[in-house]
Amino acid sequence: MNSLKAVLREVAGLFVEDGALALEIIAVVVLAGVLARLLPDNPAVAGGILVIGCLGVLGANVARAARR
Amino acid sequence: MGSLAHIGPAMIAAFLGSLVEAVEALTIVLAVATVRGWRPAGLGALGGLVLLALIVVLLGPLLNLAPLHLLQFAIGVLLLLFGMRWLRKAILRAAGIIPLRDEAHAFARETAELNEQARQEARLDWLAALTSFKAVLLEGLEVAFIVIAVSAAGGLLIPASVGALAACLLVAGVGLVVHRPLARIPENTLKFAVGVMLSAFGMFWTGEGLGLAWPGADLAIVAFAVLFLALGLAAAAMLRRPSTEEALP
Repeated sequence: MNSLKAVLREVAGLFVEDGALALEIIAVVVLAGVLARLLPDNPAVAGGILVIGCLGVLGANVARAARR
Repeated sequence: MGSLAHIGPAMIAAFLGSLVEAVEALTIVLAVATVRGWRPAGLGALGGLVLLALIVVLLGPLLNLAPLHLLQFAIGVLLLLFGMRWLRKAILRAAGIIPLRDEAHAFARETAELNEQARQEARLDWLAALTSFKAVLLEGLEVAFIVIAVSAAGGLLIPASVGALAACLLVAGVGLVVHRPLARIPENTLKFAVGVMLSAFGMFWTGEGLGLAWPGADLAIVAFAVLFLALGLAAAAMLRRPSTEEALP
């Protein structure tokens, strides 16, 4: 049972290592999704948020990690 | 079947990602073989491969049942999480903020742990086999995810599988010949490259899953890769610390 838990924990760790980064990525995706629904005639807005948001989240995360 | 802008990056991402994972699995299997012999190491590795194949065979067909947009979105988000995690770590390692992974060090640590366990109990072949099994299964799951993720939403399973299989065979072959962990592989550079590619695929598929039509269609993947690469290199250069020599697993 413990081995199974360890394996499941490691599988989850494939996607989430830094919880803040994972949450920020999800937040960007949700925001892009909402904008894609609200502004279907302006897909560039949702696309731009997705691109800039992901790059911004990554840049901010590594900068925070460097300061710690 | 996708375009060249899809097939090339998918195959390369699967090859490089699998290369990294296979090297990590090889280090542990070699440590087990060194301490407890090739029988438990080989049996454990074989067991891991069999279970991995079962998981892929049983779960793979389920992907065909999911609606395409939902599949693209789910795989895109998972790829963003997976790829940006790799890229973050590679940036921090390149900047010297966290230590580089060292296969020789990982091998020595695993060997010491197995030796310590062997001193405490004489018959620990099953534990050694389990260590080998777990390493192959977990690293193999990452390989399977990379292959499925870069291929499933675009119908590129064959080129991605070929890339992954070539990497695994290459590492296994070299490992069998040299009988040492492959410490000279530039793992962080590979992780950097794979992190960039997987993040680019993730962004593309997430957008497609949301119903966005990217300018340039498949070529947008290349543009995203360039953006992630530029950000990664700039961040690593700006955050670089003087001491990058220390290496830990």
